[in-house]
Amino acid sequence: MIEISGVSKRYDETVVVDDVSITLPRAGITAVVGPNGAGKSTLLTMIGRLVSASAGRIAVDGLDVATTPGARRLSILRQDNHIVSRLTVRDLVAFGRYPSSKGRLTRDDAAHIERALAYLGLEALAERFLDELSGGQRQRAHVATVLCQDTDYVLLDEPLNNLDMKHARDMMRLVRRMADELGKTIVIVLHDINVAATYADRIVAMRDGRIVRSGPPEAIMTSQALAAIYDMEIEVARIGDRMLAIPY
Amino acid sequence: MRVRAPSPRAVLILLGLLALAAAAGFMTIGLTGRLDFVLPLRATKLAALLLVGYAVAVSTVLFQTVSGNRILTPSIMGLDALYVLIQTVVVFLFGAAAFGAVDARLVFLVEAASMIGFAAVLYRWLFLGARHGLHLLLLAGVIFGVFFRSLSNLLQRMIDPTEFVVLQDRFFASFNTIDRDLLGLTAVIVLLVSVAGWRMRHVFDVLALGRDAAISLGVPHRATVTRVLLMVTVLVSVSTALVGPVTFLGLLVSNLAYQLVRSHRHVLILPAAVLIAWICLVGGQVALERAFGFDTALSIVIEFAGGIVFILLLLRGGLR
Amino acid sequence: MRLLPISALFVLALAATSLLIGAGGLSPAELLAGGDEGRLLLLASRLPRTFALILTGASMAVAGMIMQLIARNRFAEPSTAGTVESAGLGMLTVTLLAPGAPVLLRMLVASAFALAGTCLFLALLRRVPLRSPLVVPLVGLILGGVISAISSFIAYRYDLLQSLGAWTTGDFSAVLRGRYEMLWLALALTGLACVAANRFTAAGMGRDFATNLGIDYRRVVAFGLSIVAMVTALVVATIGMIPFLGLIVPNIVSLIMGDNMRRSVPYVALFGAAFVLACDILGRVLRYPFEIPVGTVMGVLGSGIFLFLLLRRGARAG
Repeated sequence: MIEISGVSKRYDETVVVDDVSITLPRAGITAVVGPNGAGKSTLLTMIGRLVSASAGRIAVDGLDVATTPGARRLSILRQDNHIVSRLTVRDLVAFGRYPSSKGRLTRDDAAHIERALAYLGLEALAERFLDELSGGQRQRAHVATVLCQDTDYVLLDEPLNNLDMKHARDMMRLVRRMADELGKTIVIVLHDINVAATYADRIVAMRDGRIVRSGPPEAIMTSQALAAIYDMEIEVARIGDRMLAIPY
Repeated sequence: MRVRAPSPRAVLILLGLLALAAAAGFMTIGLTGRLDFVLPLRATKLAALLLVGYAVAVSTVLFQTVSGNRILTPSIMGLDALYVLIQTVVVFLFGAAAFGAVDARLVFLVEAASMIGFAAVLYRWLFLGARHGLHLLLLAGVIFGVFFRSLSNLLQRMIDPTEFVVLQDRFFASFNTIDRDLLGLTAVIVLLVSVAGWRMRHVFDVLALGRDAAISLGVPHRATVTRVLLMVTVLVSVSTALVGPVTFLGLLVSNLAYQLVRSHRHVLILPAAVLIAWICLVGGQVALERAFGFDTALSIVIEFAGGIVFILLLLRGGLR
Repeated sequence: MRLLPISALFVLALAATSLLIGAGGLSPAELLAGGDEGRLLLLASRLPRTFALILTGASMAVAGMIMQLIARNRFAEPSTAGTVESAGLGMLTVTLLAPGAPVLLRMLVASAFALAGTCLFLALLRRVPLRSPLVVPLVGLILGGVISAISSFIAYRYDLLQSLGAWTTGDFSAVLRGRYEMLWLALALTGLACVAANRFTAAGMGRDFATNLGIDYRRVVAFGLSIVAMVTALVVATIGMIPFLGLIVPNIVSLIMGDNMRRSVPYVALFGAAFVLACDILGRVLRYPFEIPVGTVMGVLGSGIFLFLLLRRGARAG
């Protein structure tokens, strides 16, 4: 359970996240959506302790993220992962074991690495260097690292950026599998409301640093709710048992 | 098809042999006169070169790991110029007379301590406030270097010219006036830093992944970066105190090491960089001094080659 | 605009101060009294020095401004583009190969080197991917370092380090009647540049913009670079390098009054002269009776102001 109470983030005069309080339950996928500059990524990075909050408290399983080292409970993947070192896929994935092994890999760690590689179908690419991979393959390698870290909570910051339609779909299916098969609690920042509605169990919608709506996809996918989030008219169509937002 | 690169172990062995050959050449080529006099002289000079090579290589690689970039080095960022400035200020404030009696090692410790203070403030601000962007960081660092150098220059002019001549040899080391008094002390300091560094060797690998990844993997980033910068500052103090500033040596050896050792592991990169630094310094000194008959041109040659490497790195998009 | 006469008066006041102080052992009163000794000191040393200061300051500041327009970068100037170091290498080469060459020939060789160095710099810039404006001075500074390493090596080999030192550190203390007159040529060249001011402003907007106005971009650039190279060579040969002067003066002027060269060029020239005068006076009084070379004073002030411009800009951008 992730409890966020009264959290704000200010940079000088600008308030990016403004007094947010919400509780995200254990298990399943929570998607954070909203227009540009709504504070989605900032909120996620505060949960992931990459950025410290200006005010308020964030607790994961009851432990404050500001004071407890949490690399074995929670992992976060940002969108821009530029790495200078020349690493193979296996090297990168092996870093997921660092929180538990501190650099000395045991046989158990090696098994973890193999499992993570296999889960993302990276066995054939394991010895390739990262700079020789396509964008989609590299993204998978980073997700494998997070998986290899084997934390209960996984935070993903716009993992679909720079992925084409097929790779984006594969990535979301994978995230779904991680939640269903491995029982991870996943919080994911997404740009596309339709992707969120298709794959997430809950949607948290932000605007101007505040949470404006939250609930299951059915509750968010109404013209009225979407207008409040995006400040524009959006039609919602029902195709079979799926809902589709049509902004154009 | 990819050409299979030689294994890091083979590279290290080869580099080790080359370094050994350079050291042997340094001790033996062109020996004349009384051996019991010449050999100890050469041995101390060799020891100084080895210490400097070690300090420059390790400090540069660690600095680049922390900054996530392979074109930044402590000396390009003006750190060794800062040391010379502090040294100048100390001499300027207290004068030569006061120093006649004081142990050079004590002076070094005072200077290194103030260096740590200043550098900590300056570089934490530059690094952790990295919102400024890398280009600005780099250019500001270069200009800070010019500023420190100019200020030292000005202060040195303010010292009485006659007094300054006396001071210059005593306080401002260079490749031709290596400060031998400091060898023992600096060797101990380097050893201490190395022990601390050895215990952090796996942390370095994680830091190289970048700030976000390091924090996600549970490394207390701010504290660790501060510790690494502290080690870097101490090492730069050591090398500058022994032979004066050498701007581009670090850039040269670190990038050669990355090229030769195709691995991300600091356990392999650091020794390779150190060995390359030794080969460059000792081998270069042998080549210039004994083979070509130049005795003090080594730093000039390093500046030349290093500057070209820097420009090549820029051309290849080394700044992202 | 009332600013221009005020600036001119300011420069005159500084020039008068420059005439009256120095290590000559004469008080201002004795100087003005006009005895033989005083007149000699004034005519042979103080007056030439003051003229040299004004000429150098004005022409280097304008040269810096032209560089900035051509490189289309705020931080380009002869000492951040390899120009100064190349001129030094040229002087060294001509001293080695033709020690007895007449002054004019030496100057031409130094100018040719300066021009070649600057062209190399511009060619490098075209190859640097992702041309952030801050990379430009970086490349120039390092290129300058490489060129001066070559010079040092040669000078070291042939025992000319002292001469090289004279070219790399600007110093007016050796300026005497008969030793500085080449600098008037620098002023003439600067005047020529002022006539072409509009064209440089247009070139500063970019090749397409200039071509669209019917201006031959290549010719304007070649003309501008030649003037910069010759002015730099003249200054380096007679006075030595004055770092960052051409950078900070145009930048400060442009902060006040924008980038139209025709309007700002007189201010850049005046302010450049004032700056060098002030630095030289400072160098003379700071450690009286010893003199601190203007290049050293300028190194501190220049890099300090450069840092200020840089970080102030950075703060705004961030």
